[in-house]
Amino acid sequence: MASEIFHQPLARLAAMLGAGELSSVELMQAVADRCRDVEPRVQAFNSRDEAGALAQAAESDRRRSRGAALGPLDGIPIGIKDVIAVAGQPLTASSRMLEHYVSPYDATVIRKLKEAGAICWGRLNLDEFAMGSSTENSAFKTTSNPWDLSRVPGGSSGGSAAAVAAGEAVAALGSDTGGSIRQPSALCNVVGLKPTYGLVSRYGLIAFASSLDQIGPFARTVEDAAILLGTIAGHDPLDSTSFQAEIPDYRGELSRRKGPWKLGIAREYFAEGLDPEVGSAVQAAIDHYRRLGCEIREISLPHTKYAVGAYYIIATAECSSNLARYDGVRYGHRSAAAGDTVDLYFKTRAEGFGPEVKRRVILGTYVLSSGYHDAYYLRAQKVRTLIRRDFLEAYRDVDAILTPTAPTPAFKKGEKSADPLAMYLNDIYTIGVNLAGLPGISVPCGFTRSGLPMGLQLIGQPFREAELLAIARAYEAGHDWSGRHPSP
Amino acid sequence: MTYEAVIGLEVHVQVKTASKMFSRAASGYGFPPNTLTDPVVLALPGSLPVMNRAALDQVIKAGLMLGCEIAPLCRWDRKNYFYPDSPKNYQISQYDQPICKGGSVEIELPGPARNVMGEHKAIPITRIHLEEDVGKLNHHGSESLVDFNRAGTPLMEIVSEPALASADEAFAYLTALRTIIIYGGISDCDMEKGQLRCDANISIRPSGTAALGTKVELKNLNSISFVRDGIAHEIRRQMAVVQSGGTVVQETRDYDGQTGASQSLRTKEEAHDYRYFPDPDLMPVRVGEDWKARLRAGCPELPFDRQRRFLESYKVPYTVTSVLIPDLALCDFFEEAARLGGRAQAAANWIVNDLLRELRAARICLGESRIRPAHVAELVGLVESGAISGQAAKEVFAGMFGTGEMPASVVARLGLGTGPDPAELERWCREAIAANPKSAADFRGGKDSALNAFKGQVMRAAKGKADPRQVDSTLRRLLAESPV
Repeated sequence: MASEIFHQPLARLAAMLGAGELSSVELMQAVADRCRDVEPRVQAFNSRDEAGALAQAAESDRRRSRGAALGPLDGIPIGIKDVIAVAGQPLTASSRMLEHYVSPYDATVIRKLKEAGAICWGRLNLDEFAMGSSTENSAFKTTSNPWDLSRVPGGSSGGSAAAVAAGEAVAALGSDTGGSIRQPSALCNVVGLKPTYGLVSRYGLIAFASSLDQIGPFARTVEDAAILLGTIAGHDPLDSTSFQAEIPDYRGELSRRKGPWKLGIAREYFAEGLDPEVGSAVQAAIDHYRRLGCEIREISLPHTKYAVGAYYIIATAECSSNLARYDGVRYGHRSAAAGDTVDLYFKTRAEGFGPEVKRRVILGTYVLSSGYHDAYYLRAQKVRTLIRRDFLEAYRDVDAILTPTAPTPAFKKGEKSADPLAMYLNDIYTIGVNLAGLPGISVPCGFTRSGLPMGLQLIGQPFREAELLAIARAYEAGHDWSGRHPSP
Repeated sequence: MTYEAVIGLEVHVQVKTASKMFSRAASGYGFPPNTLTDPVVLALPGSLPVMNRAALDQVIKAGLMLGCEIAPLCRWDRKNYFYPDSPKNYQISQYDQPICKGGSVEIELPGPARNVMGEHKAIPITRIHLEEDVGKLNHHGSESLVDFNRAGTPLMEIVSEPALASADEAFAYLTALRTIIIYGGISDCDMEKGQLRCDANISIRPSGTAALGTKVELKNLNSISFVRDGIAHEIRRQMAVVQSGGTVVQETRDYDGQTGASQSLRTKEEAHDYRYFPDPDLMPVRVGEDWKARLRAGCPELPFDRQRRFLESYKVPYTVTSVLIPDLALCDFFEEAARLGGRAQAAANWIVNDLLRELRAARICLGESRIRPAHVAELVGLVESGAISGQAAKEVFAGMFGTGEMPASVVARLGLGTGPDPAELERWCREAIAANPKSAADFRGGKDSALNAFKGQVMRAAKGKADPRQVDSTLRRLLAESPV
């Protein structure tokens, strides 16, 4: 099956397009046909515009025939998590609140993708407003894991991971607030990168928790992730939290950086709750790096145990404020039953938001309330500082930190949806990275005996994505996990 | 027991900038509804705020003019509350770390008479912070329409200490503050356009005691005289409550300037919990010494400093300065005329009396006036040299107001000069003296009024166009030098 066009890595497809072995229309058609085939079972998309995508593919082919191709992304269908604004396309956040909302403008990352000739292909499902770890919180559908349709693809960017794994998009963009790119990548056998906070513009990304959210790529290989990152990264005058950083040639750097590296293993990340099969897969990865000549050092991240608690205070506090704009006044759902203004707010939000969003808005409102603010929000911010210090301290000795991405492989649909706390613990290895603002990547690292994918997380230093990608590539080069494809 | 009032003012001023506080959408007034918007102003999903540095410049400049301490870091907080005119349902503001702290506003209290300067005092201010304005609700029957043109306009809030003792002081404070802000080019402070809005916190306490009484916040004081009237009304209301044995309740009241009455809007129990927290979308902005130095260099002379200078350097009367000072353009006009020569007091009189009267009559502003400082300076010079009489000068003024023609040219065109050249005047004077030897003898004998006999003849010869002062001096000189 590896020869199927829709399973090929982006870099290979770009080479084929460049060599005239494939047209963008053929590629787009193959991907669209694959969607028609598997989408009824995978349910990765909230919506997609096949005719529009094919027209863009034809435009790309015309550019290429004029000798005016725009680069490796020209004519490549990239799926977009339904929380990133594309002008003229629906932008639902998988919420009833925005079910019929169409964005009038492009997110900065979308503008950059379009300038690179990419085709923004469809709107990918997620947990409502990116709150969740399974897509079960989507108001519209639960996406299936292409490797086992009875299981979740992870979340919140489950649609993005599933689409790339299932051959329904060559690559995708997602967003990661506490693991929403890396965890589904691990559960679906794809590469997922959460960049350093501030490397990629958030303009046009529906905010969940502003100080934690980052947009990043889903891809089939580390090289593909490097290509996408190089396209979307960079300072944006429309986002004051975006950083004025030099953007290296991430793809070119992959072959220039060869290690050996010093890698840290945090004992706090191999504690209770880690699935033994995931544990041994990660151990095998450690052994692989050792064989490559890397020095493995044990490090300590002592405040790790407070990460989930601090995260759910900071993230919910910010979300309670960020989601206040969904009030039925200017756009989105408006309750038909509302009387006065206050009633309009109550009914619109009661009808428009799902239970997990409501839970977090209420929690966040509570922790910011007068009298509780200092005990919760302020304290959580202090914990956050300590967690970041833990990491920066560790980076005096190591180049990157190696952990499992998620404690378990994909779980069954419905298995954890009744227990929010069990669901929250799924992000235990990924959350610290967001709190510390660091880059993290998940790369496929094998399959369980029952055939479920597992992921290896590498955590890098701020704005050192080039190094992080090279380290990930060194593991990937010794394995062929990315060459396996599901048959949903 | 006698009571005294304690008043603090919270003044909101829209800051004059080309674009809004956190977006590239234009700022403006009087545009069709919802045309000054963009994804940020409307809080569309995914939009993000970016600070407008020009607005921060303006507030720092205001702070420097008022002697405030400027914070080294400008930080932004979210003030969370739901209201349909607030697109995000939170307002980006500054909570516990405002950009400016301390400082004061110099005020002038009413003097004992209109032409006597009143007492000056400094009213301390607590803080100035920057935030964004909200939209406007328009109610049509059972429906309410929202116009977001105003939403996101930079708005600074200047909070005074509870240091004002009367409605008159509050009035003086607001007047002085407004003038300073206009001088700085920070805002036009047009209250009709909502560019300046004022809330007052008012309490009373037994005279001479230190503890503050229960305060009442008075809102919607939308003209400077409503501020005075509203506060005076509220003080009377609180005095009446206390004197009838009641206690003042902490509440927010709405003052209606038309009816002169107020009513309760909400009590303390209904106060909001704004759940302030630092806005994670906006990084703190460092305000360095060089930044402040650049703005300090652009700060104009303060109004009262300028007034003191006018009084001392130009010897302009107080009443004239009190007309000039509140009007920055008029002050500049006057100083330019004075710089171009001539007596400054005369120039000031022409400007304050004649120019302003004509502008009012023509319903135009100073900027549209065809009379420029050079006209005034030349006119003053002509009168001073005796080239035209004061009476003729009035005609010259009227002549040039409509056309912008220079005074000398008007004098020549209308033949308004004091007449013949000095040699001819001297010849007429000699003839007059020669023709009236008796009067000449009388004059030399000490009878001053004898001079009138010559004057009449000279004026007849000059057909009335001689300057009487010049005729007078010429006659005296001739009578003195040539005892016939």
